[in-house]
Amino acid sequence: MKKLTFSSIFSQLLLLIFVIVWIVPTFGLFISSLRDKDVLAISGWWTSFTTTEVNEIYRTEGNESQIKEGDHYYIKGNLFGEDKGKQIFRFGVTSKNIDEFEVGDKAMFKDKTEITVFENGDYIWKSQEEFKKKKGKRVFVSAKSPPSFTLDNYKEVLFKEGLGQAFLNTFAVALPSTIIPLIICSFFAYALTWMKFYGRDILLASIIASLVVPLQMSLIPILTVYNDFGALFGVAAKSYPGIWMAHTGFGLASTTFLLWNFLKSLPSEMMEAAKVDGATHYDTFLKIVVPLSIPAFASIFILQFLWVWNDLLVGLVFLDKHPSEIILTAKLKELLGSRGENWEILTTGAFVSMTVPLFIFFSLQRYFIRGLVAGSIKG
Amino acid sequence: MNIFSLATTVLIGVLFFIAFFHLSNFLLDYFRIKAARKFALENSIRVIIFIGPAFIVLFVFIIYPVFETIRLSFYDKQGENFVGLHNYAWALNDPDFKRSIINNLGWLLVVPTLSTFFGLVIANLADRAWWGSIAKSIIFMPMAISFVGAGVIWKFMYDYRGPGDQQIGLLNAIAVSLGFEPQAWLTIPIWNNFFLMAIMIWIQTGLALVIFSAALRTIPSETLDAARIDGASEFKIFWKIIIPYLEQTILVIWTIITLLVLKVFDIIYAMTNGQWQTEVLANLMYDWMFRGGGDTGRGSVLAFCILIGVIPILAWNLYRHKQDQKV
Repeated sequence: MKKLTFSSIFSQLLLLIFVIVWIVPTFGLFISSLRDKDVLAISGWWTSFTTTEVNEIYRTEGNESQIKEGDHYYIKGNLFGEDKGKQIFRFGVTSKNIDEFEVGDKAMFKDKTEITVFENGDYIWKSQEEFKKKKGKRVFVSAKSPPSFTLDNYKEVLFKEGLGQAFLNTFAVALPSTIIPLIICSFFAYALTWMKFYGRDILLASIIASLVVPLQMSLIPILTVYNDFGALFGVAAKSYPGIWMAHTGFGLASTTFLLWNFLKSLPSEMMEAAKVDGATHYDTFLKIVVPLSIPAFASIFILQFLWVWNDLLVGLVFLDKHPSEIILTAKLKELLGSRGENWEILTTGAFVSMTVPLFIFFSLQRYFIRGLVAGSIKG
Repeated sequence: MNIFSLATTVLIGVLFFIAFFHLSNFLLDYFRIKAARKFALENSIRVIIFIGPAFIVLFVFIIYPVFETIRLSFYDKQGENFVGLHNYAWALNDPDFKRSIINNLGWLLVVPTLSTFFGLVIANLADRAWWGSIAKSIIFMPMAISFVGAGVIWKFMYDYRGPGDQQIGLLNAIAVSLGFEPQAWLTIPIWNNFFLMAIMIWIQTGLALVIFSAALRTIPSETLDAARIDGASEFKIFWKIIIPYLEQTILVIWTIITLLVLKVFDIIYAMTNGQWQTEVLANLMYDWMFRGGGDTGRGSVLAFCILIGVIPILAWNLYRHKQDQKV
């Protein structure tokens, strides 16, 4: 251990501040996705770790559930619906005085009916006459709400909001869009490195140039080509194979460039030796180059996979928005528009879309970083 | 579609390409044994098999579209009639276009600078702390998240409730606890751009960080030790030794982030969709691709503007590549 000097304490403190600023937004999202949706809408996520006091309004049940005992009519139930671990400490029956009564007290509504609310939300509502109204009455409660977390939001988002399907769709887009360029580009990069042919240098230069060409340059012409192709053969213009090829095209330059960079570093004696032994280029490729390139493949696979998984623009342009094709990012954007105030759905949806990238990130971080450092410049 | 039909589609798609390469090479080898060894011919067929698919994809998806987009920028809405510079004239007079150019310039100035700066500072700090690698992981993590996901994360941070209500957005909660009025951050013109840029900086700092940390290890420790023995402060070492040493790396990171920023789309599209004066070129282009049935002419002009921003970097990359080839 180094000595604790002033400067090292200062630098650690500074680093800690950076780390906190960087982690807090994601952490807040994660915590929010686990909170009850009613609480989420009215209190900050940072309050969810402590017991908080909340003022809430609930409605009793209506006349359907009344029972007659002796001379009186009763409606019994729980304000929370079920016991949620909240502790009521005061309650009220008018909006002017929302904490008029202690739990256990008898409170009188305007129509002379009497209600008693207990700590866990149970209530007994008593009346001399039969209850007439279908709708219950409002009860105001001040409750202590202990920290509570739930997976309900995930269930809702995955199965009701259609994010589960979008999740599968994204896989169906991302896997081929990663594997196909890897196959095509490994042959391409091999040819660029070890084969001699006319125009190789120009091809290489155009790869370098394509690295930085913005993908926006391709959108309009490719979309036109797809529409014409679709009309000509009577197939859908927007389809999975279509987006695979689009992603292959947009990822081609960077994949080839990274592979070419890697293959260059392999010893050329090995290729010479294989050639002398009578191996064809295909043999050399399969038996020497591919096994040696596995780490490079891993890095490139991760980069391209994450890029495709996280992409929004290509998915929007080349896939339809109906449920069988929509990808996660497009779905999330759609929810941002239509369910902008339902934070339980948005936070959970965002976290669902992040699960796969985060899993890859934490399990394969080494390859991810290696790929980036190898000079990723994405077109 | 259910999971099986999706899986089948995926499998067929991938197998198609494997089969292509395997079969074509297999056939070539098979006939080579039979026919006389025409080595030159065999070689050129092999080259075609190896580079063919990639070349076709490169041509169809990059090379052809670049020229087609430039051509379309001189044509009308449907791309049928030549209109000369009409679309460019439209762009110059369009308030949204002007706004986009100004905003894009702002993004170009702020985001690469701050991301690179934070990345460099954090890489240095993390290098010296025993928990540095954990810190780096955390700061690098946003790199794995989609821009839309990051958009949701930050929209939640910026969430606004009326002054009387409890704030559920962290930024407003902090503002209120310090005695300020809560603000709808994303709707305040000019400043909202910076709140959007913050998201990009939050993401890209991680990229700068990992590349810098790899580069920092290449600085010879003797140099640093010698400076320390001579009594240089850490601050001075940072400015006088580390930064000059990392000049090339800084330039590379700067260009990578600049390229990303030029094309910034997802964040704007998801957060404000260009409202409240946050429009940028890529979002405007997407808008024109579909607005009123789509206008390929105007869309192409906007895409071309993004390309113009890239050209200096393109030229520099090609120049460096040429230098490398000579060695």
